[in-house]
Amino acid sequence: MDTAVYDHPATTAHAPWGRVRRSRHVADRALKIICTLFTGLGAFVLGWILLMLLVEGIGGLSPAVFTETTPGPGTEGGGIANAIVGSLILTILGVMIATPIGVLAGTYLAEYGKNSKLATVIRFVNDILLAAPSILIGLFVYILMVQPMGGYSGWAGGVALAIIAVPVIVRSTEDMLRLVPGSLREAGAALGAPMSTVIVKISWKAARAGMVTGVILATARIAGETAPLLFTALNNNFWFSPSLMGGVSNLPVTIYQFALAPYENWRQLAWAGALIITLSILALSIVARLLLKKDKVR
Amino acid sequence: MVVVSDKMTVSNMQTLRRRSSPAFDQGFRWAAYGSALVVLAVLAGIIGTMIYGGWPAFQEFGFGFVTSSVWNVGQDQYGAWVAISGTLTSALIALVIGVPISIGIAIFLTQLCPPWLRRPVSTVIELLAAVPSIIYGMWGLFVFAPLFAKYVQVPLTSIVEGMPILGTVLYARVPSGVGMMTAGIILSIMIIPFIASITRDILDQIPTVLRESAYGIGCTTWEVVRFVLLPQAGVSIIGAIMLGLGRALGETMAVTFVIGNANRLSLSLFDPSSTIASRIANEFNEAAGLQMNALLALGCILFVVTFIVLALARLLIARVKTH
Repeated sequence: MDTAVYDHPATTAHAPWGRVRRSRHVADRALKIICTLFTGLGAFVLGWILLMLLVEGIGGLSPAVFTETTPGPGTEGGGIANAIVGSLILTILGVMIATPIGVLAGTYLAEYGKNSKLATVIRFVNDILLAAPSILIGLFVYILMVQPMGGYSGWAGGVALAIIAVPVIVRSTEDMLRLVPGSLREAGAALGAPMSTVIVKISWKAARAGMVTGVILATARIAGETAPLLFTALNNNFWFSPSLMGGVSNLPVTIYQFALAPYENWRQLAWAGALIITLSILALSIVARLLLKKDKVR
Repeated sequence: MVVVSDKMTVSNMQTLRRRSSPAFDQGFRWAAYGSALVVLAVLAGIIGTMIYGGWPAFQEFGFGFVTSSVWNVGQDQYGAWVAISGTLTSALIALVIGVPISIGIAIFLTQLCPPWLRRPVSTVIELLAAVPSIIYGMWGLFVFAPLFAKYVQVPLTSIVEGMPILGTVLYARVPSGVGMMTAGIILSIMIIPFIASITRDILDQIPTVLRESAYGIGCTTWEVVRFVLLPQAGVSIIGAIMLGLGRALGETMAVTFVIGNANRLSLSLFDPSSTIASRIANEFNEAAGLQMNALLALGCILFVVTFIVLALARLLIARVKTH
């Protein structure tokens, strides 16, 4: 800094920007401030949304929310018990259909297909499906299942959710399996284990935490999906039949219908439902992250 | 590595042998292969359904389906233009607002943020993507729209009234807060986590040596970002933006809440409109006959557009990863 004083007598030695032209300094400062502000804005919006849900939702929470069924138009009180249970069933159904398919397809990409042409195409298609509009998946399942079966059903809803979950699971499974060092597989093969054994006993075991994380993230992703359920599981105000045929009440569609309804108790229930569903999904996402972090530390 | 913590004892190996008969091995391979093909089949199924279902509408209206802005259920006349232009405009607004913010967040996370803060801030931004779209819709309609109407639309309308171009584009006939602009803003928030996290990963992949040499010759952070990092990341940031665009085009529930769902072509960004996805969500359950075909045809158009956008995104992002 002494030289700075020597070259530019006007600047003081302890000013760190002494040798930098003012315009450069300003541009640099502007960048730093703007980037920090933008990040703060992102965090602020998340906080704002959570705060809104807490403020509006907590007032609506009562034991009745979890025990009573959704009220009809103009009926007082009521809860969203059937919607919560319906959502749980649809989500579990979706995950149960998607997990085997997703894990096996991801395994194919990482262990069998690798860089073959087919694997490249499937990887490409999977990435497209990962971001494809979910409402189109609803339309697809409507034509595929609802029309031929003659009505809305929980099965159609489950399949629609599964189609959204599969690409998430495929992607995470493949990524995690690729992190398993090849030497482990070679060691297994050298012991005489066939490919399937190497995969199940070595690759899957090594990548387990990451694969579970993928499934949890997929669950979080489909738990709040509304659009694909609009034309598949639909919704209703009663306990659905155990065969899951006919409309199956579910939380996202209930929230959608109730939030825009003219009845005060419906709106209250929509806010309570929104609070429940968002907190569950955020909790799932955070658990998934912690799981992955723990695995990385090991 | 925890991996082979179980000792491979002789008895263990014997059970392995027994279970892994050649039939199981073959079966496993076919199961994996079959599941991978399911992914292909789903995509083929979606596009097939849209074309098959939309075909009658395309046949009935020809190319006019895309250019006509009539959507009249009573007279069975359907044209897609309002929905198409609504989809494109709202996605464009989302990009204009969302892209600078996303890139700013990525720069903050990779260049400015102290290491201990990096992980929590990354998580917060990524959690924006975990919030269900219906919640964004409720936030947009019940919280954001009233504020937007009161503090932006009303004052802005009184300022721009009578001005040549601004007076049309930014004029709110009914300052309710609901409309194209609000949809675009909500969409911009929804695509931020996707663009930001990919851009962050891209910036992370740039060799540290480049950055350090730039700092070494006396560059400021702004100059490092502008002349070293962004040119290096270049094409793949465009890929990240395309991915965000793909998301914005197909987003349904949040848009359905705030766009107003009017079939009206308006030059004002504050007027209600509709997008392809919001129209399908609103009308499909009550639709029958030609209306259903028209909605499926809309879905077909949406699918083709998002497919192209997402495919481009994927190609642009992949290219950089390989070298």
